[in-house]
Amino acid sequence: MLSPVVGVLFDGFAYGMLLFLLSVGQSVTLGLMNFINLAHCAFAMLGGYVTVTLVNGHGWPFFAALPCAFIVSAVTSIGFERALYRRLYRASDLDQVLLTIGITFTAVAVAAYIFTTAQQPLQLPSYLRQSVEVLGLRLAIYRLILIAISLIITCVLVAALEHTRFGAQIRAAVDNERMARGLGIDVDRTFAITFALGSGLAGLGGGLAIEIVGLDPSFAFTYLVYVLIVVSVGGLGSIRGTFAAAAVLGISDIAGKYYVPQLGAFLIYLVMISLLMWRPTGLFGRR
Amino acid sequence: MALTQNLQSPQLYLQSLSRWRPAEIAFWLATLLPFVLAPNYLSLASQIAIAALFALSLDLILGYAGIVSLGHAAFFGIGAYSAGLISRFGWGEPLTGLLLSTLAAGLVGYATSFIIARFRHLALIMLTLGFGLLLAELANSAGWLTGGIDGLQGIHTWRLLGLFNFGLFGTTAYAYALAVLFFVFLGTRRLIHSPFGLALRGIRENWVRMSAIGAPNRAHIRTIYTIAAALAGIAGALLAQTTETVSLDSLGFERSAEVLVMLVLGGAGRLYGGLVGATIFMVARDQFSGIAPEYWYFWIGILLIFVVILLPNGVLGGLPNLIARWRRP
Repeated sequence: MLSPVVGVLFDGFAYGMLLFLLSVGQSVTLGLMNFINLAHCAFAMLGGYVTVTLVNGHGWPFFAALPCAFIVSAVTSIGFERALYRRLYRASDLDQVLLTIGITFTAVAVAAYIFTTAQQPLQLPSYLRQSVEVLGLRLAIYRLILIAISLIITCVLVAALEHTRFGAQIRAAVDNERMARGLGIDVDRTFAITFALGSGLAGLGGGLAIEIVGLDPSFAFTYLVYVLIVVSVGGLGSIRGTFAAAAVLGISDIAGKYYVPQLGAFLIYLVMISLLMWRPTGLFGRR
Repeated sequence: MALTQNLQSPQLYLQSLSRWRPAEIAFWLATLLPFVLAPNYLSLASQIAIAALFALSLDLILGYAGIVSLGHAAFFGIGAYSAGLISRFGWGEPLTGLLLSTLAAGLVGYATSFIIARFRHLALIMLTLGFGLLLAELANSAGWLTGGIDGLQGIHTWRLLGLFNFGLFGTTAYAYALAVLFFVFLGTRRLIHSPFGLALRGIRENWVRMSAIGAPNRAHIRTIYTIAAALAGIAGALLAQTTETVSLDSLGFERSAEVLVMLVLGGAGRLYGGLVGATIFMVARDQFSGIAPEYWYFWIGILLIFVVILLPNGVLGGLPNLIARWRRP
């Protein structure tokens, strides 16, 4: 009797952790520099395609391909940041939205050109496709690993933000950029590194997402919406907020699709609109 | 000399803005050229006129009031589906259908404007996006009404004024769309050069100062948002009536993004920005899609990056600068 509910909770939580990986970088970017980056999921898509190419095309083991997805996305994003984003830090919302939509459109077309618009199946080793039974519940190994990776990353991120010098600099820049500059913190460099880290995490999320949600060129737009929802609900620049929002949205999305399929896709939009109207700066937002 | 005089009298200033310039008259005369020069492209021309009308409606909120909307296609879609449904239920008279669809889009716009006027920045962008996606999802799942993914079929538009048939060559379609565009443009022009239009630009430039001088910002935003929604509804209804079909992508995010591209390409905050941008965009799409239809988005993306980095005020804002630079040396 209990097990279907727990099963839905488990799947929802795993999905939420995927959303968390995809969104945490966006949350920090938006919170830190107030830059509306709609191309965030294009970097996630890049990570996904890197993973697929390495695993399927070159026979790499899945867990060796994931760090590569992280690195390729992070390095590419630094290139974009230096060449394009940097010019628009002080620009209006509209210019930022337009530039990053432009990058996303281009990325989608390039992905369609290289990989066609078909879904890319990932050839996983068979042990990742199995499931284990815990207290009468069948839990898919892949989802367990996904949750484990996300929890480790969350712990590392929170620890790094709260207990390292660089973390203190990021927090200072988020809280009060002018003051941080006045204290001699190189906010631009801090932002570039944070941006690369966030895009790298998105790339990692993209690599991990293929098994759960598939990968095709429309990924960059489909998951952009979810990422924006998580970020705006969780509050800008808050890792705990992003974590909570991702978990809640992941569980409610899966539960909604499972129990009330006719409400299906628009439940998540309704939740977002009402939450935003209630608290425009997000659940954990400070500003 | 003229400037100081204008600043002394606000009436004179607004009047000097609303005077018709020769270039404007030439522009509208040029819209008649397709009838003579390119009779085979009249259906494309009517699509351009519709896109221009849609971009003009976005210009009112984005260019003049500074509301960044990523879900403006919602009102285009409401107009299109209303016009389609009215015709499917047996009333195919184009003008009354157009009026009713405008009313429908305007009503929904009025209802949502209460939410829109309360938010700024990211929350506003997210709300417009969320509202657009919600509506697209509703239309998708309400297949019994909208035809779902297959689109709305079986629309039949009667003769315009009981005389002109919407034929295969698009002569009537273009004349109809152009006439509607022209009348809407006249109204918009009047609106923008009124004190209300000036207040909108004030809100765009500085919300706080406008409240400080006692301007009812939220009421202004509600009014202009409703008007823009109604105008987008006209554009949608025109598309439904002239093509006699409505598909889900009339509501989709891509359409919201496309109209944004058109407007920004032409120059937001300028009356002719949307019109010029829509013309360039639609002609370019017609040309490029012949080569590689699925890679069209690549060119839109490159175009957007190009416009944002190099032509911040669009073609209409950038050309005078380029000309000035060319004349100087």
